[in-house]
Amino acid sequence: MATALTPVGLQWIDYTIIALYFAFVLGVGWRLRRSMETSADFFLSGRSLPAWITGLAFLSANLGAQEVIGMGASGAKYGISTSHFYWIGAVPAMLFVGLFMMPFYYGSKARSVPEYLRLRFDEKTRAFNAVSFAVMTVFSSGVSMYAMGLLMHLLLGWSFNASVLVSAAIVLAYILMGGLTSAIYNEVLQFFLIVFGFAPLVIVGLNEVGGWGGLKAKLAVLAISQGHPAGAYTHAWQGMDAPAHNLIGVEWFGVAMGLGFVLSFGYWCTDFLVVQRAMAADSMDSARRTPLIAAVPKMVFPFLVILPGMIALVIGGAGIIPAKVAAGGGPLLDAAGKVVLNYDLATPSMLMHLFPNGMLGLGLAALLASFMSGMAGNVTAFNTVWTYDLYQTYIRPKADDRHLMWIGRVATVVGIGLAIAAAYVTASFNNIMELLQLVFAFVNAPLFATFFLGMFWRRTTGHGAFLGLLAGTAAAAIHHGLTLPAGAVAGVKGGYFGVMATFASEMGQTFWTAIYAWITCFVVTIVVSMLTRPRAAEELVGLVYSLTPRTVGTATALWQKPAFLGVVTLALLTILNIIFY
Amino acid sequence: MSAAGNLDVRVPIGALFTLLGLLLTAYGLFEPVSAQAAFTRGGQINLWWGLVMLVFGVCMLLIARRRRRSAATPSSRAP
Repeated sequence: MATALTPVGLQWIDYTIIALYFAFVLGVGWRLRRSMETSADFFLSGRSLPAWITGLAFLSANLGAQEVIGMGASGAKYGISTSHFYWIGAVPAMLFVGLFMMPFYYGSKARSVPEYLRLRFDEKTRAFNAVSFAVMTVFSSGVSMYAMGLLMHLLLGWSFNASVLVSAAIVLAYILMGGLTSAIYNEVLQFFLIVFGFAPLVIVGLNEVGGWGGLKAKLAVLAISQGHPAGAYTHAWQGMDAPAHNLIGVEWFGVAMGLGFVLSFGYWCTDFLVVQRAMAADSMDSARRTPLIAAVPKMVFPFLVILPGMIALVIGGAGIIPAKVAAGGGPLLDAAGKVVLNYDLATPSMLMHLFPNGMLGLGLAALLASFMSGMAGNVTAFNTVWTYDLYQTYIRPKADDRHLMWIGRVATVVGIGLAIAAAYVTASFNNIMELLQLVFAFVNAPLFATFFLGMFWRRTTGHGAFLGLLAGTAAAAIHHGLTLPAGAVAGVKGGYFGVMATFASEMGQTFWTAIYAWITCFVVTIVVSMLTRPRAAEELVGLVYSLTPRTVGTATALWQKPAFLGVVTLALLTILNIIFY
Repeated sequence: MSAAGNLDVRVPIGALFTLLGLLLTAYGLFEPVSAQAAFTRGGQINLWWGLVMLVFGVCMLLIARRRRRSAATPSSRAP
């Protein structure tokens, strides 16, 4: 059952391909090193990039290795329903940030998302957001570095230390040389590499199982054998009437509100990691088009990253996903005596089984590219927030530009160093990381309520925003502490305040925690704002919807207009959901 | 001076894909897939995917060249 993961060893051709990829990402950094003259060049790319570049980088920066591996794993676990994370869970929010929020981010000339909060609200709201964001980016790149090192060790027998250090060193080098521009250019290159590395995997895989029809038939047999309806793996919405009827264990309302609204808008509309890419655009129109351009490939990505996991489940009859290893060395069994699969290896074992040497090198380069693009996204967002929002604000407000750029480079080195440290902490104390990620989830859940009220209700005050955020974070922690997913024991999974309700799955619990956090933040922000003194209208011009003149775009052609792009994307999204209902 | 210097990102992308395409195509020609992969009925995937990448890379380079030319002669630039 537990198949060996290395049916094909690496050959010189595979190493050559990987080496070539490394050489090119470093080359891009090298070529850009002389154009970094001011801190605005280093942190904001001098606001000079066209929309198609920032758009692809917007997508790529989010597409870390964890995403590629994790979505393949979810594909194997939940089937095509995983696409909710792309379709309802990303595209609407991407359209919203482009059409309605970018005018304030880009138009206010804020250099970061926390800085927008400073302009709109006050110092404490910015500090809260900046500090939690900075800590979060460092830890999440540490976690993904750990996952990467572990994977390379499992797949290829490479040393964990070497994999972590070499890939971190390459990212460090190209960001130090070329700043955000270098990160963005490489993200575009990595985007194409990821597409060209994973597309053949899907093509060959589908060919192997008899096309989409064959895959559907095989997955239907599997679903029935597990006691699920035949379409459990191949329908995204069917069975969403109740948590017990689908593999995710959530009902449609939790998916639409928790994932589609709260979590998705909270990430795509407020996370500086992605918004920074749009801020680097050369004009307001380009900034607004950035997330819209990213939304189109985002819609198609499920086929690239989710299908390999689904195919891995049934290919060759019994699938090729290896079992988790139990303490004794044999396959791990669950309470019912069934083998527990190591879903994280679904996509990697597809690479190892389906690609001959040559293509294997390309697939691994694509995997490394996804890791590096995610890492670089974290690092560039971290060094900007650290330098502008923390260092310049609290440590040396009078620092000149040259000094800030030097600090940005130091922050890049220190940030990567801390991420490496976090990777090793993860390796030895997995629970600490789980706990930290939980805390970040609590802090992030209410964020969109703050930005939404801040941008669209001029009466919102700094005190309201700050207390709303605190209350929302607390509400998330309380809801999580009072509930448990089915089958879990009280602890890091929830229930630490006593169990008042159980959810069919962890995902259901997460979505509902987010919903409660958002509602609490929304209500508290409004109540406190009504009780405190608002800022004068003239101070809020350019920061709030009702006080900002409508932007008149410079785009002349219909297909370049942000609103038109938005409508077309929405139509495509609807069609996709109907096809895979 | 813009932060992008005067580097067109299409050039490194085009060059990388052209090189990778050539490499894979050549490898596919001289080193046919034998029984090395258990599943691949896709046949000469190195060969045909190498060609796909080669075409993409060359297209990127051509577009970059056309852009550079039209930038060099501002009169011919699109309005």
